[in-house]
Amino acid sequence: MSFFKKLKEKFTSSAETEEVSDKYKSGLSKTRHSFASKLNDLVARYRKVDEEFFEDLEELLIQADVGVNTVMELVEELEMEAKRQNIKDASDLKELISEQLVQIYSNGDFVDEVPLNLNQDGLSVILFVGVNGVGKTTSIGKLAHQLKADGKKVLLAAGDTFRAGAIEQLSVWADRVGVDIIKHSEGSDPAAVIYDGIQAARSRGVDVLLCDTAGRLQNKVNLMNELNKVKRVIEREIPQAPHEVLLVLDATTGQNALSQAKTFAQATDVSGIVLTKLDGTAKGGIVLAIRKELNIPVKYVGLGEKVTDLETFDPNAFVYGLFADMLEG
Amino acid sequence: MVFEGLADRLQNTIKKMTGKGKVSEQDVKEMAREVRLALLEADVNFKVVKDFVKQIRERAVGTEVMESLTPGQQVVKIVKEELTSLMGGEQSKIAVADRPPTVIMMVGLQGAGKTTTTGKLANLLRKKHNRKPLLVAADVYRPAAIDQLKTVGKQLDIPVFAKGTDANPVDIAEEALAHAKEEHYDYVIIDTAGRLHIDEGLMGELTEIKAKADPAEIFLVVDAMTGQDAVNVAESFDQQLNITGVVLTKLDGDTRGGAALSIKAVTEKPIKFIGMGEKLDQLEAFHPERMASRILGMGDVLSLIEKAQENVDEKKAKELEEKMRSASFTFDDFLDQMEQVKSMGPLDDLLAMIPGANKMKGLKNVQFDDKQLVHVEAIVKSMTKQERQDPSLINASRKKRIAQGSGRSVAEVNRLLKQFSEMKKMMKQMTGMQGGKKGKRKKGFNLPFM
Repeated sequence: MSFFKKLKEKFTSSAETEEVSDKYKSGLSKTRHSFASKLNDLVARYRKVDEEFFEDLEELLIQADVGVNTVMELVEELEMEAKRQNIKDASDLKELISEQLVQIYSNGDFVDEVPLNLNQDGLSVILFVGVNGVGKTTSIGKLAHQLKADGKKVLLAAGDTFRAGAIEQLSVWADRVGVDIIKHSEGSDPAAVIYDGIQAARSRGVDVLLCDTAGRLQNKVNLMNELNKVKRVIEREIPQAPHEVLLVLDATTGQNALSQAKTFAQATDVSGIVLTKLDGTAKGGIVLAIRKELNIPVKYVGLGEKVTDLETFDPNAFVYGLFADMLEG
Repeated sequence: MVFEGLADRLQNTIKKMTGKGKVSEQDVKEMAREVRLALLEADVNFKVVKDFVKQIRERAVGTEVMESLTPGQQVVKIVKEELTSLMGGEQSKIAVADRPPTVIMMVGLQGAGKTTTTGKLANLLRKKHNRKPLLVAADVYRPAAIDQLKTVGKQLDIPVFAKGTDANPVDIAEEALAHAKEEHYDYVIIDTAGRLHIDEGLMGELTEIKAKADPAEIFLVVDAMTGQDAVNVAESFDQQLNITGVVLTKLDGDTRGGAALSIKAVTEKPIKFIGMGEKLDQLEAFHPERMASRILGMGDVLSLIEKAQENVDEKKAKELEEKMRSASFTFDDFLDQMEQVKSMGPLDDLLAMIPGANKMKGLKNVQFDDKQLVHVEAIVKSMTKQERQDPSLINASRKKRIAQGSGRSVAEVNRLLKQFSEMKKMMKQMTGMQGGKKGKRKKGFNLPFM
């Protein structure tokens, strides 16, 4: 049985999974519509599989910000496969295309959600990193809300001491969610803030410490070194920490997202990705590219501005969401 | 740099062609494919790429390329010319309303950099144009956005009009305008909240502000790292607000910035400014030619020269140029220059502007840390006068002494000596390139496909 059929069965057989997939279907409706329906259009437009068909397919994928390299490899494989199986009718290629895409993410089988790595009996430290304006502070606010709802005692550390208003922004989130915050004044040493955060977390019996950091472009060596220092300070205090280093990526970012992921991973051993602003974009393809080229799991997706608009990333539901129209239709 | 530039891409195609007397149509097709990939990798929108490549092919199939002895060079030249003209002329002028104050509205997606750019723009208006600007905090949605603008205002010593988060942004804009008239401000810059282009409610709010404030300029602030969606964002903001210009932010990163081309192609609105850093004076005029080089991964010599001109004492620069040319550059000059270079900004930024620098042996993968400058200074200062004049004197025992004197390791001393000799080579190449005379050019900097 093909993976696609397995996937379809999984999501149509039980009520619980249906609920999960509905959430994704509505949250990703833009992504899904633009992708699945465009693929349908493409297949309908081209009766015959020819060079132009593949060129259009390439563009369709590139449009979704699936990395250029990934797309080129994928289309080349498809071309060969079509030749091998002697597929001439475009509609016969539809399933093959979807399967190949899923393959990138799943390697042919279900992928489990990768839950947050939390220290079950003691303090867990989560460090947030990323370039400017991707939504680090907002994601921290949302995650704090979620963890608190799960009964955890949460503390925030305002490690972005650089950007104007960043400390106030995190403070507003702390108030909103109802958790404590450790902060210094603007311009102070971020490593010192995080250090104080750890000490406070220990003495207050906190379960999860969420550390904000200033946004930085990945080609600024000094700033990346500073981030590495913050991480070392955490490690020195708690050898197993940080339990998670979450790289926050803006879903509207193009090819640079890969460069961000690579460089931040080098500086801080990124353990997971938070993909934000996925509600506004017709994309989502970046998830595939990151998976293929870097193998870092996406752990959360941001689907809106409300405090509840952070979802754990379910790869199967995501893939299903992408192709739902096609599978059902 | 993450992606290979167009020049590198074409080089492979050209290699296959060498030995052939003439470029065939098939060759042109292959080159067109490379151009296409290079642009797509730079995040230029696929539709824009399609039209663009078609244009290039038409020009390339003509005699220009096919009869040229250096077809690769011709293609790059054509691509660059077309790119530059597509991105339009230099247009960093800011409109002035018939009656003051002139209103500027800043709009864009979340996280694009509107608030920072608002501050930078005000700073520019005051510094370069000697105007009196007022900042207006109309982002009542994002937590602490108003605090952020207030802090920026305080840093610049420019007043900020704010009414808290309970006020309606349209009312805020209206009141700010009245206040500005009373207090005789020249410019009113309204910082609006980031919003999705598909959010009808919030887009409606912008239309209302526009109707009430009658802005002379509406700047769309766009993150230069934006991918294929940049066209949709720009198109939609433009349709609903009829924007007057674009500010491209975060260009100090390593993105190619193909979004610039996409936005220009779809909206036909000029890109007026680019954000080049987090400091409030890092807003620069947009130069189409430099952007074209950047999209193609060809380095940015012009910006480098400009940066040097801004910061380097002219007389000293002349002396230096002479030394570079004659290759008599010594560690003493190096020390002298270090002070000046420090004032030009981070070293790897400078290095990134030099075409081909990433390919130079020894410089490849070198990452400069500005703190290293202090170490370097210590090492050079631990050399004797003679050693500074003639580094070849430095043998193993001298190295040991220098290392001890500066408190660094011998390996670091070695590294510096190696970098110094690479630098000398590089300088020679750069001066050769700037020489501009045909005969000289061959000897100097050679692009790989020439």
